[in-house]
Amino acid sequence: MSSDYEFSDGEEAYSDDEEMIDGTQDEEDDSQDEMEMDNFGDDFKVVPKGKRKPYEVEYESLSQHSVERLMQRDVDHICGIFGVDASVASLLLRHLKWNKEKLIEKYMDNATAVLVAAGVTVPEAVPLAVKPSSRRPTTRGLTKPTKSSKSPTLAYTTPKALQRTTSRKSDEPFVCQICFNDAPDMQTLALDCEHTFCSDCWTDYVVSKIKDESEHAIRCMAEGCALVCPDPFIHDLLVPAPGAPVGDADKEAQNEKAWLRFQELLVRHFVGCNSNLKFCPYPSCTNTVSCPSASSKSSLTTIVPTVSCGARGIGSEAQEVSQSQQLGLGLQGKEHKFCFGCPIESDHRPVVCGVAKMWLKKCRDDSETANWIKSNTKECSNCQSTIEKNGGCNHMTCKKCKHEFCWVCMGPWSEHGTAWYSCNRYDEKTGVEARDAQSRSRASLERYLHYYNRWANHEQSAKLSLDLYAKTEKKMEEMQITSALTWIEVQFMKKAVEEVDKCRQTLKWTYAMAYYLAKGNEKELFEDNQRDLERAVEDLSELLESPIEAENIPTLRQNVTNKTVYVQKRNEIVLEDTANGFLEGRWRWNTVVEGFDDPEEVAI
Amino acid sequence: MGSVSARRLAKELREIQSEGCPVGITLVDASDFSKWLFTIEVMGNSQYQGEAYTLQFRFDAQYPISSPAVQFVVTDGKEAPVHPHVYSNGHICASILGSEWSPVLSVIAVCVTLQSMLASCKKKERPADNDRYVRTAPDNPKKTLFHYDDDT
Repeated sequence: MSSDYEFSDGEEAYSDDEEMIDGTQDEEDDSQDEMEMDNFGDDFKVVPKGKRKPYEVEYESLSQHSVERLMQRDVDHICGIFGVDASVASLLLRHLKWNKEKLIEKYMDNATAVLVAAGVTVPEAVPLAVKPSSRRPTTRGLTKPTKSSKSPTLAYTTPKALQRTTSRKSDEPFVCQICFNDAPDMQTLALDCEHTFCSDCWTDYVVSKIKDESEHAIRCMAEGCALVCPDPFIHDLLVPAPGAPVGDADKEAQNEKAWLRFQELLVRHFVGCNSNLKFCPYPSCTNTVSCPSASSKSSLTTIVPTVSCGARGIGSEAQEVSQSQQLGLGLQGKEHKFCFGCPIESDHRPVVCGVAKMWLKKCRDDSETANWIKSNTKECSNCQSTIEKNGGCNHMTCKKCKHEFCWVCMGPWSEHGTAWYSCNRYDEKTGVEARDAQSRSRASLERYLHYYNRWANHEQSAKLSLDLYAKTEKKMEEMQITSALTWIEVQFMKKAVEEVDKCRQTLKWTYAMAYYLAKGNEKELFEDNQRDLERAVEDLSELLESPIEAENIPTLRQNVTNKTVYVQKRNEIVLEDTANGFLEGRWRWNTVVEGFDDPEEVAI
Repeated sequence: MGSVSARRLAKELREIQSEGCPVGITLVDASDFSKWLFTIEVMGNSQYQGEAYTLQFRFDAQYPISSPAVQFVVTDGKEAPVHPHVYSNGHICASILGSEWSPVLSVIAVCVTLQSMLASCKKKERPADNDRYVRTAPDNPKKTLFHYDDDT
């Protein structure tokens, strides 16, 4: 099955010549449309899927569950080596930021010190069970005290420690030192440190630590006690045992939510400790992306690690649908695309993280100020001081150097004679010279604004593309009515809009890149590619905006499809060439960029 | 106000009334369970000899699980002590009021800790970032994430 606009490598057919594309697909009839429906999506794929392009990085998306499995693997490993139970191994690993090698080394060196520092054991008492030699299993489950006392104590202790707990004078009624509750049937709990409190206070405390402080290492409530609650302890506090009497439903729901949050916090901590992993920054998304090739800082000078966690939309399913419908963006909402190497929450290809960051910072700091300076001030034609004219006539006297000049033509005032309030001397030689001087002094400002305005323009257009999409959808409906085209056949409009959106994103960042590129052949080639892409994108954009008439639909479809493929190709070229340039170390900057060699000479 | 926090504060108040405050600390006002005031003096030989400061405690329903909001009163002609951990708006940078807070601690325990914090001070000076902090500080010092540099 072959479609009209399929091309093998594409290089010859769609290199630079638009005419050729138009020539490639003249015979199109309805019978072929039938065939095309099956492989419609393939029409726009230039390179078969599976082969990684130079501007793509290898990465893997992981759900919270799969990250938990990774954590479990590390925990099991440590359990096996140290002969401790899982909750102890987990606390040890968290204490050493999941650095297994460091943990093993430290543990072999001085197990007691590590256990104390991780909040597993109290400084004096080291339970025998955690020594690697004796692999006695420790039970950290709920152990009912054997001796009956007025207040039944549920202790998370090794049997040895438990004995000491019960040595507490059992005839004295227990009073929780936090809430001062002394009900005889109150449940009490303690860690190995034997700091006993009532279970309600423990629950409130743990929930507050998780909810308000996002704390995953929750210490004993006693002052100065460094013992950390092991996971089973927290689990039993927050998740009611099956068959337990149903208490306050609201409270139970809140506790259960806290337990889920606690697990998320553990995953976040693990991900934060591992440079190969990054949490998806989209709100309420819990996926993680693994991208080992971008884990080191030095790798970020050669690649732009744009990744996607695989999820789409924001919030719950219901929200997702309604929001995407509102935006008119497909059914599935926007893909969670972000940069693995820096905090920018979008695709900033082709430019590397360091430069992208520098550019964003400059825009934040400078663009508004620069724009204001540009539109509201001029420089004194004598001393170049920046002057804001906020009223009065055109006869200016510089406060600094007392030079008198005309605000309109920038020439010296002496030549104006008696024409006090109007200037008709714009072409006078001195005026022209003064304006030249002025423009030179503004060159760097203008240069920046040149790039900034184009950058901002593409950003704005990308935002407007949502409107464009809504309009396009309407057009697609119209087309189905006015022509014989089916729903699937009018999808070319949607494809085109998506492609324009994607290319504008690329174009936007090419301006950030070009601003910092050092002058030379490389920059010229870069800007040539940029120009070709920009022209193609604007052509396609215009076509999408054009009115639809029944008789020109077939031509429109052909044109749009052609141009979409062309634009896609041009985008590939920009991305590929720039990415290869980074890999080859071809790009030179006009300023110091982190991770790159300093520029030999600053040529702007 | 939750019943736990009310019960706990009532108990603390009873203890203060029956046993009295430690030397140098006086209860000024505890008419309800949302705000208490104390005066605090440093006894013996110290930088703050003969000076008295007013300390304000604010409690929420989660007390004592959550820490009280503690600060020196700086209105009505009162001033905060000049101390490297006390800002001129009365906010105090002390780990015991933030990350080191334990529900076992009490109002009196906090007073005593702050008293000894003043007593151990060698040089009367404001924190280095006082002006910057005071300009942007939230009303409630608990909303500030202090970085605890040392344990003096």
